[in-house]
Amino acid sequence: MGKFWVIFVASISILLPFLCNSFSPETPTDRRVLVLLDDFAVKSSHSSYFNSLKLRGFDLDFKLADDPKIALQRYGQYLYDALILFCPSVERFGGSVDVAAIINFVDSGHDLIIAADVNASDLIREVATECGVDFDEDPSAMVIDHTGYAVSETEGDHTLIASDDFIKSDVIIGSKKIEVPVLFQGIGHSLNPVNSLVLKVLSASPSAYSANPLSKLSTPASLTGSAISLVSVVQARNNARILITGSLSMFSNRFFRSGVQKSGSSTKYEKSGNEQFLTELSKWIFHERGHLKAVNVKHHKVVETDEPALYRINDELEYSVEIYEWSGTSWEPYITDDVQVQFYMMSPYILKTLSNDKKGLYSASFKVPDVYGVFQFKVEYQKLGYTSLSLSKQIPVRPYRHNEYERFIPTAYPYYGAAFSTMAGFFIFSFVHLYNK
Amino acid sequence: MATMPASASDLLKSFKLKTKQQELLIRVSILCLVYILAFITRLFSVLRYESMIHEFDPYFNYRTTLYLTENGFYDFWNWFDYESWYPLGRIVGGTLYPGLMVTAVLIYRILRFLRFAVHIREVCVLTAPFFASNTTLVAYFFGKEIWDSGAGLVAAILIAICPGYISRSVAGSYDNEGVAIFALLFTFYVFVKAVNTGSLAWSLASAFGYFYMVSAWGGYVFIINLIPLYVLVLLITGRYSMRLYVAYNCMYILGMLLAMQIRFVGFQHVQSGEHMAVMGVFFLMQVFYFLDWVKHMLSDTKLFQAFLRITVTCAVAVGGIALGLGMVSGYISPWTGRFYSLLDPTYAKDHIPIIASVSEHQPTAWSSFMFDFHILLFLFPAGLYFCFKRLSDATIFIVMYGLTSMYFAGVMVRLILVATPAVCLISAIAVSATVKNLTVLLRSKNKVVQTGSTKGSGGSKSSSKALLDQSQPFQKNGAIALLFGAFYLLSRYATHCTWVTSEAYSSPSIVLAARGAHGNRVIFDDYREAYFWLRQNTPQDAKVMSWWDYGYQITAMGNRTVIVDNNTWNNTHIATVGRAMSSYEDEAIEIIRSLDVDYVLVVFGGVTGYSSDDINKFLWMVRIGGGVFPVIKEPDYLVNGEYRVDKGAAPKMLNCLMYKLCYYRFGEMLTEYGKPPGYDRARGVEIGNKDVKLEHLEEAFTTSNWIVRIYRVKPPNNRCPHNVETPVVTHLGDVFPNGSNIHGQSGTCNPQNLGVCLDLLGLVDVNLGNAPTKPCCSLIEGLVDLEGAVCLCTAVRANVLGIHINLSISLSLLLRNCERKVATEYICGP
Repeated sequence: MGKFWVIFVASISILLPFLCNSFSPETPTDRRVLVLLDDFAVKSSHSSYFNSLKLRGFDLDFKLADDPKIALQRYGQYLYDALILFCPSVERFGGSVDVAAIINFVDSGHDLIIAADVNASDLIREVATECGVDFDEDPSAMVIDHTGYAVSETEGDHTLIASDDFIKSDVIIGSKKIEVPVLFQGIGHSLNPVNSLVLKVLSASPSAYSANPLSKLSTPASLTGSAISLVSVVQARNNARILITGSLSMFSNRFFRSGVQKSGSSTKYEKSGNEQFLTELSKWIFHERGHLKAVNVKHHKVVETDEPALYRINDELEYSVEIYEWSGTSWEPYITDDVQVQFYMMSPYILKTLSNDKKGLYSASFKVPDVYGVFQFKVEYQKLGYTSLSLSKQIPVRPYRHNEYERFIPTAYPYYGAAFSTMAGFFIFSFVHLYNK
Repeated sequence: MATMPASASDLLKSFKLKTKQQELLIRVSILCLVYILAFITRLFSVLRYESMIHEFDPYFNYRTTLYLTENGFYDFWNWFDYESWYPLGRIVGGTLYPGLMVTAVLIYRILRFLRFAVHIREVCVLTAPFFASNTTLVAYFFGKEIWDSGAGLVAAILIAICPGYISRSVAGSYDNEGVAIFALLFTFYVFVKAVNTGSLAWSLASAFGYFYMVSAWGGYVFIINLIPLYVLVLLITGRYSMRLYVAYNCMYILGMLLAMQIRFVGFQHVQSGEHMAVMGVFFLMQVFYFLDWVKHMLSDTKLFQAFLRITVTCAVAVGGIALGLGMVSGYISPWTGRFYSLLDPTYAKDHIPIIASVSEHQPTAWSSFMFDFHILLFLFPAGLYFCFKRLSDATIFIVMYGLTSMYFAGVMVRLILVATPAVCLISAIAVSATVKNLTVLLRSKNKVVQTGSTKGSGGSKSSSKALLDQSQPFQKNGAIALLFGAFYLLSRYATHCTWVTSEAYSSPSIVLAARGAHGNRVIFDDYREAYFWLRQNTPQDAKVMSWWDYGYQITAMGNRTVIVDNNTWNNTHIATVGRAMSSYEDEAIEIIRSLDVDYVLVVFGGVTGYSSDDINKFLWMVRIGGGVFPVIKEPDYLVNGEYRVDKGAAPKMLNCLMYKLCYYRFGEMLTEYGKPPGYDRARGVEIGNKDVKLEHLEEAFTTSNWIVRIYRVKPPNNRCPHNVETPVVTHLGDVFPNGSNIHGQSGTCNPQNLGVCLDLLGLVDVNLGNAPTKPCCSLIEGLVDLEGAVCLCTAVRANVLGIHINLSISLSLLLRNCERKVATEYICGP
């Protein structure tokens, strides 16, 4: 019995730091990352990328993808905050991990990086499909670009692409402009057209196509031009973030260090843009940037401070909310001028832009419409790259009470006069009629 | 005990009561017994089940009463209820008749004051029986007023147990009608009394009676139209009198002023079309009075005739013009749909499905007349005969009341209730008069026999007397036989009434009872099980969508917000719910999300054989939904005009939300021995779509007998909107509109033959690997690739009306499965 106690206390003391460090709404940046590899060689060949993560304070746990001991959760608690799948050829995960487990991992708010490669296994393809992108069905296809390839010593087959068609969002790829093209070599994918959550971060040039570079092209390629996405991200509705790319080698030390010259361009860069691009992107993926929170949603009548249970029609009210952005270490006030509040009952009755005080406090005051019913204060803030804010607070609006109407209306004075004069007249008439003989 | 009657008679003797006093004593004790009888006969439901509120509307009344006791009158008056009609809300205080609630709370307060620790629910449960007892007293006085005290007593007894009245006044039936019938009869009685006496005091009392009626029930419109009609008849038949003038004018003016104090009525009383008759008669009355005065002043009859003609023409013309102007300017609102449907029974069916959908608004069947009135149905004409024989202002009133209310009872089942007091009173006259005549005959004969035997002399007189004597034994025997017959009939009536009360009208309908296989009683308490689940397991502000029938119960028992309820004030909102229920799931989810619905509740009787469930009500949802949204078409849910849920059902029926929610996982269930799984006991068929898959909703709770099923609305997919297509369910042997069955016939493109493939098309997205593709592939074997695609496309488009599937994807998948190459560019247009 005592032995178990020792083990228990020991395990608690070991686990405790992890538990304290884990992802929470208060500190949204991920801490514990599980990296699944096909081969431990990747650990060293991609060490620059991993080191940049470690330097930023992440706790990387390297495992082989078919390790029978890997598990994402234990006793209903997730052991990791993020998952990196650098295992394009794995046919079957070890342990209790499968596609459903990974999808559940994402659906409970955790982040995911998937790097596929040529000959990506069905398993990886399936995970990607669940996330809204489809890799080229031809297993040996690669993205080929005969005009946008990266110039190298050997002529090659033009599968090494230098791409600089980035998404235009400072939040996702950092405010510092990426000057150097990014090297890519691998399989292309397309986005599911009905999925509005998936974004193309790096797309292929219009001259690219996806085919097997070794065989002759007999039928037209199924994926062509800028429909091919090289790197995509998904921000799920619960703000879990997913990065999908068809090239594992773009994370490698070799690509990080190699110089790049895009064909047809005379400028030759000493160092490719991969490091900057992928590091910045990983900051976004791991919630070091673009993560908003809204707190202290308040509303009250203009002169009062307490929040009422319901409003009356034509009340003047004030609505306020505080919005902060996570900077990676602390919550900073988020300053913008495009946050709007709706006073909503089946359709917005009032739509008003909130003004801010530069300290993160957004507020607006307006008059309740002359309509009763169950309204909602709605803030639907969806901005490219930022986590979506969707606040709604239900508030009933009641009509006037019986004693809240005006008691005497000036226009009605003739009627009051008529009523009282009739009464007086009737009284006099009765009196005269009865006693005047 | 055996000595009781003897001792009682001794007691009577010892008191030496006179005949009159004895009669009074008997009358009072009979009345007391009737009073108690009327109360206890309504307690079957409490004994059989428990002291609880019944049905649908009473739950709303109970909830409002509870609110009134807790928050006081002013809050009740201004109550804005945001738990119903989400998100519109309902101003409860201004849209209900508060009489019932105020009455119950008053009784409650009095009992509390007398230190009886009762709960408001017990008061609510027993309010209706209490008022039924009071009604018997009013019936007695009314009978006495129009005929004699004997008729009054009989009327009290008849009405105490009449099923037509009991149906709405058993313990637990806490509805407006329970109080309103008392108020109705009281108003009529006092008004007749006022007409008979010409007393201002009685007239005032009738105005207050009317006020109480207005505060209690919308049926006050009947009073306010019957009384002017009655007055008009009196005026036409030349029975105008000062008594009538006083009674009517006082009652109308005061009654109107009082009625306008009820918020729900307000200015309607002077503005709406239904109240115009009473105003017209009021003015006519003044014209009559004026004419009377002129007649008094003018001595020349000819001059008066001319004057009369001019005045009457002018009055009618002015009235007509005023009415026309009022109608055109919109100041006088037109008649409401309910009023129209009373005058024209087919009106509601054609124009307002929401009124026609309520079972108690259906035209009455003959059997239910027999069921509710029994012998009164035959006594009623006899009573009318007696009334006509002794016409007076009072009997004219009861005749008018009887005839009009009988007409309305024929139009709507629920209005049998209004006719019941009239029928009881008129029948009481028949019974009382007959029995009286017969007993008089019996008694007088004895005297005649005595006198005849003592005198016994000759002459024409004596010969006629002898003739009478000879006929007397037959008359006497006849009278005795008739008396026995009458008593037999009345005893049959009593038996029938008790039986009906105990068997038919004492079921709370919220708890269902059935007989088990061994004759034991089985109780289905599923409704309350579901509502308590909602109360305990859902968030406080969860919104529940269900068909409107269950709205009041969900808010009262489940304490959750509902979208629509039994107060059917907003037809569009109800139609939206009807539309959601009759759409495909992915169309319905749009509506459901737009209404912020968290849970969907359906009532399903397929397991227990409970027939008034949502599937049987479904066509009304389609009709009401289609009345506002023409996308919903009733024929889409019918096959050759027939409503069915089995394999032969319409494809839209098999895939609409209501069908899916009711039959979700029902296909796995064995309901009856010797029947296939998925056998629906309420409709006696095997269901047509056993493989129901839900995408946006998930089952949250199903009660133990499957009567209530609750589904949770899933949040939108976290990662991406999966566009899974609606599976199309068709079967081999289905008859398609073209009229031919599906048979295999390979080689040629016959779209009608490809029904098997439709099955597949539905399954494609679900699980193509396991789909039995063989029969379909063999059908298109003989066709060239593109031809196959075109053929399938035509098949789908021709055969499945309004089915919404992504054809190009499904087709290419299917054809690929048949190892065919599809031209990639082939698109099967919608």
